Amino acid sequence: MFDLLLYISLGIFSLGLVFKLFTWFSRKISFGAETIATSARLIAAVKGIAGILFSFKLLTLIKVFILDVIFQIRTLKEDPLRWLMHILIYWGFMLLLFMHALEAIISENIFNDYYSTLNPYLFLRDLFGAMVVAGLLIAVCRRFIFKVPRLKTNAMDYYAIIILAVIMASGILLEGMKIASPTVFSDMQEEYAALDEDSDIQALENFWVKEYGLASATVKEPFDQQEIEWGQELNVEYCASCHASNKWAFTGYAMARMLRPVAVGLDHAGAVNFLWYLHFLACFFGLAYLPFSKMFHIIATPVSLLVNSVMSKETSRQENVITRQVMELDACTHCGTCSRYCSAMMASEARGNPYILPSEKMVALKAMAGGKILSQAQRGAIVEGVYLCTNCDRCTVVCPSGINLKELWLSVREDLVQKQGSEPMMLSPFSLVRGLNRNLLSDEAYAKPLRETQKALAGEFDEITRPDRTVALQEEADKKWLLHSDDTDFSCCFGCQICTTVCPVVKNYENPAESLGLLPHQIMYCLGSGLTEAASGARMLWVCLTCYQCQEHCPQQVKVTDLLYELKNKAVQKLEN
Amino acid sequence: MNQYALFLGCNIPVRVKQYDVSARMVLKELGVSLVDNRQFNCCGYPMRNTDPKAFLLSAVRNLALAEKMEMDMLVLCQCCFGSLKKAQAVMAEKGDLQAEVHGLLAEEGLEYDGNVKIKHFLSVLYHDVGIDTIKQQISRPYKNLNIATHYGCHVLRPSRVTQFDDPVNPSLIDELVTVTGAKSVDWPLQLECCGAPVLGIDDDLSENLTKKKLTDANAAGAHYVCTACPYCHIQFDTVQKRILSENGNQDDALPAILYPQLLGLGMGIDGDLLGISDNEMDISRVTSFLSEE
Repeated sequence: MFDLLLYISLGIFSLGLVFKLFTWFSRKISFGAETIATSARLIAAVKGIAGILFSFKLLTLIKVFILDVIFQIRTLKEDPLRWLMHILIYWGFMLLLFMHALEAIISENIFNDYYSTLNPYLFLRDLFGAMVVAGLLIAVCRRFIFKVPRLKTNAMDYYAIIILAVIMASGILLEGMKIASPTVFSDMQEEYAALDEDSDIQALENFWVKEYGLASATVKEPFDQQEIEWGQELNVEYCASCHASNKWAFTGYAMARMLRPVAVGLDHAGAVNFLWYLHFLACFFGLAYLPFSKMFHIIATPVSLLVNSVMSKETSRQENVITRQVMELDACTHCGTCSRYCSAMMASEARGNPYILPSEKMVALKAMAGGKILSQAQRGAIVEGVYLCTNCDRCTVVCPSGINLKELWLSVREDLVQKQGSEPMMLSPFSLVRGLNRNLLSDEAYAKPLRETQKALAGEFDEITRPDRTVALQEEADKKWLLHSDDTDFSCCFGCQICTTVCPVVKNYENPAESLGLLPHQIMYCLGSGLTEAASGARMLWVCLTCYQCQEHCPQQVKVTDLLYELKNKAVQKLEN
Repeated sequence: MNQYALFLGCNIPVRVKQYDVSARMVLKELGVSLVDNRQFNCCGYPMRNTDPKAFLLSAVRNLALAEKMEMDMLVLCQCCFGSLKKAQAVMAEKGDLQAEVHGLLAEEGLEYDGNVKIKHFLSVLYHDVGIDTIKQQISRPYKNLNIATHYGCHVLRPSRVTQFDDPVNPSLIDELVTVTGAKSVDWPLQLECCGAPVLGIDDDLSENLTKKKLTDANAAGAHYVCTACPYCHIQFDTVQKRILSENGNQDDALPAILYPQLLGLGMGIDGDLLGISDNEMDISRVTSFLSEE
């Protein structure tokens, strides 16, 4: 039964691992990935890896492996508490895995004197377990008590904490129960000591109850001093060569002492067996589910750290960059460090769009790469999330997993924008970096989403301003939409047109009215006549430099530039609703 | 010693690192100390087109953080400066949006009461350090160097909000340039926009504005255009380089030098410490205008 379950979970784990590695080469999230076949990406990866392994870059890999994978220096630099948490869990769990879980394969072959009930192994097992528990406690505090700003917790984060907690809790309970169990004592006594005399067994039991945490239905305090001394001698003679004091197994011993009042009953009810199954099933489940869970980062994150230390924008093949970017989605541990320093964090709060935060973008991109069908609204929010980014690169600098987020955003952004067609954020200074990288795109690919966005934001402008149409003027100007209306808004405009005269955008065109839809003074007239709809559709708004020449020169102190800003805000809001 | 909370913004640390490096160098020499705060976020400027709440909340969070530091803010970027000043002006009024911003900041344990002073790097040099102090530090004054000073829209206008200098006839940067021994030339398009705000939105318009300004400064006999804003600098450096490589005549090149680079060289600071070679266009020949120590 045990072996069967082990092989089933190992099988699922292996298949999962192969599947996940395959997705690194088959999934497409970056711009330009559609045209490159999986086979080409595989071949490029093999060539790339071979090239690195037979060059001096191998030394970089070794250095990064020691500093960033083993000692996790990147995390230490950013957040010592989180580093302590992670290093306790990582080291504790790895050491438990190698020394305890794989004892038949590793410990027994390396250490001739290995015996799980002898020191230092007895003590070390509990020490490593205690490390994991301490790390888990910090993790729980960080996520649920300290309220780290913008640290979001999703189902995968819960799973990771829960599976580790179940493995650890069942392990410690199992050890405690075994220490306290009269049945286990009696079995071991028969197997190893094989005492014939009932009085000897009684003495040994006395000693184990007093010193080793054993529970007993018959032996009670106060202990008979002679019995204890006799028991101790028997212990030295029959037990001590293979079994150190249970006090060394400090977590299990403490658990046994806590369980003492109920241990005999639990023992009868088969608690040892139950906990044994629970512990192993939790471990097997964790193993089988690992490739599909957040815990897969124990494989993907070191890969990300290593790969990013030797790849560069200039020299790496496009195939490998595309593959790396899919792999990086698995390397993200959702630790939230990026979102803690994200420059656009407040936009996420103000717009109620979590996808503006890098850590949440990664979750969304992972779902999209996995082929999850998203609603139109969700897709829109994700496109806005990847575009509403100042490209300050802080997320890339702080990422403990070494993910090259800045390049990931750039390539994913272009892919999404092209598919989405339009995105209002494109008509803002957030487009600076896209403009600087214009040469990476064809002229048409570059221009199309900008054109579509302008069209979407123009609304009914063309219809309203059709040359053969007469527009009815409103009796009163509409001011309800203004963010802050005061005595110097458009109603003070007396039509001098200075705003248009000083506008550098107007000066740029031979036929500005045609190119811009409406000129600044015409926009002010429209507002005065209640034609807000027409005003908010003019192309002029989106090429306004916000240089404030118009506002500065207005003899009536009309806040022309600020009004153009408000009209833009209004147009965006209208499109979003 | 004067101490300021340094607000770098988002562009400088990635795209105009030499501005950060050179400004720190000259300020250190002039006895101004800077305190960094990694919690600062975007100034809100790029959000003004699309979302007033995102703009205001972003800007005011920075102001609240600076108030917590109990220091004046020293801002290097014109657009960050304009955005933060605008936010301060908006917050001085009362309204639903303002109340919402206060509420959202309170969730993070932040409070904004409006007392923080927002100062541009150049204002700190001009008003707080003083022209005379700077003059004493100039060990290698420039000779025969013509500079076209570029103010950048968002420090000058709207002047009621920014209160940086006279919006029609400013002189602050010209004086700061003159003190280095260089000559500030008159050029008609000095106060016009550099074109950066629409880069990526309408590149033809953006580049036309840049080209017009550069032609104008060239005609005025300038050797360099002097900037003090990352957006303007990107436009006159990175974008100009692209324009020249695509269709330009290299003889028309008019490289941009950041003010702290210009000042630093005059103060005898080594060009490497001012990131001279980090500019996209070569400005190494500016040292030939320096007098011997």
